[in-house]
Amino acid sequence: MSANTALAEKYRNNFLKEIEEQVEMGDWVKMCMQCGVCSGSCPTNFQSAWEHPPQELFMMIRAGKREEVLTSSSMWNCTSCYNCIVRCPRKLPITHIMHGIAEYAHRLGMAPKMQPTRFFSGLFWKNCTHTGRVNELKLSMGLYFKDGLGAGIKEGMKMKDVAIGLLKAKRLNPFELLGGHKCKDQKGIQAMLKKAYEIERSRKAAKMAG
Amino acid sequence: MAKHEYAFYPGCSSQKGASASNYLTSVESMCKTLDVKLTEIPDWNCCGASIGYAEAGELPRHVMNARNFALSEKNLPGQEIVATCAACWLGARETRERLTHSDTLMADTREALKEAGLTINEMPNIRHMVEVLIEDLGFDEMKKHVVRPLEGVKIAGYVGCQTNRPFGVDGESFENPQYLDKMVEMVGAESIPEYDMKVTCCGGALAFSEPEKAQAQIKDIVESAYDHGAEMIVTPCPLCQANVEIYQGQINQRYGTKFNIPVMYYSQLMVVAYGGSAKDAALNGQVIKARRLEEIAAKPVKR
Repeated sequence: MSANTALAEKYRNNFLKEIEEQVEMGDWVKMCMQCGVCSGSCPTNFQSAWEHPPQELFMMIRAGKREEVLTSSSMWNCTSCYNCIVRCPRKLPITHIMHGIAEYAHRLGMAPKMQPTRFFSGLFWKNCTHTGRVNELKLSMGLYFKDGLGAGIKEGMKMKDVAIGLLKAKRLNPFELLGGHKCKDQKGIQAMLKKAYEIERSRKAAKMAG
Repeated sequence: MAKHEYAFYPGCSSQKGASASNYLTSVESMCKTLDVKLTEIPDWNCCGASIGYAEAGELPRHVMNARNFALSEKNLPGQEIVATCAACWLGARETRERLTHSDTLMADTREALKEAGLTINEMPNIRHMVEVLIEDLGFDEMKKHVVRPLEGVKIAGYVGCQTNRPFGVDGESFENPQYLDKMVEMVGAESIPEYDMKVTCCGGALAFSEPEKAQAQIKDIVESAYDHGAEMIVTPCPLCQANVEIYQGQINQRYGTKFNIPVMYYSQLMVVAYGGSAKDAALNGQVIKARRLEEIAAKPVKR
């Protein structure tokens, strides 16, 4: 049984409880009073980027629309501007809830595979935890070449002028490709993160069992 | 001994050859003038930034920041941590807040840190460089060192998101923070308090992953600066700086605009006003050159 099926079985007919127990800050969802200030404050919602803006997602969670919420591209349009958080009259940490739902959907393999920000988000985390510090060049290259070599070269060409500008200003170093900045105690960082994931997994499993 | 000493968390983008290396150069010059001593936290790591959320999870993300706290406590005991990057500052402050409010999260963090041979006993204060300038030094002290006022230069203060929300600078409003305009006035330039895009999001990481969405935002930010007669934009955030500056060419192609406005850090303005050279202020680090500032930086200093 896949993780997704197991969780769907366990929380059958109670998607709100599933979100409360399995998603970071998910226990805040029930506090939403559907005023819509978050949706009206979201910069990318103005470009009709959100299939379902935050307050709509909150209502869908309460209505048990599990599949629709977790497969939605909506949460991935968050720019982490925190406007929704500071404006929410009920003080819901909306930005964190959006990140939390996105992370949960990604963890279950339900997030839209081709969503570019989902891809970039995973890439960023891998990039920065690999050596302890971000390698900006590898990060950009990883994004441009996500759809293969041909597409990557095309994407790279589109970015040519931006890259030349940064090179001239000494804010892009081609030698980062060969190694670049890193932490000394990479072993410690890996061990520490491994432990953190273990603890987090066991806490979530305990909630599911309890 | 310096007047003010802090544990310094420079962040990934500030490193040599990285996208905000000009920020660090100018901050170093600025701190020299102000007698502020920053000691880099040895072997600091990335904060994880907000965009790592797909795989960061809750505990791993906080553990990354907690490692920096532990290293700071071990090597620079008793010093507050100062970040220049908005995302570093926000990430670290968020971790501080969460760990302070949850004993479970704190215990779990300590257990994970043990794997790297580290621990936290005291939770450090996390400050942004602008907080240090405003709260620890104050505008009068900052102004005292101005020997070359940026007279007649009109500058739009673009605060952006992450130095402003969800924490922000004490005493400032989320919708209309004033401190950056005051800093512009402090260096002798002309501020634009009615600049209506001062807290608009630049698109953040979406500038990489979904440029059309971010560039629609950046267009509004730059256009409004022009509409208000600005000849340059100033910001306290490395990602705001990069996003608003480096995509102007692409925006021109996309929208048929003719944008070419320099985007500076507050620290660069201060270094020039403090009598520093173009090199001290890292003006060579601009993709869109700030000619007017270069001219001023070449002038003799009024002492």
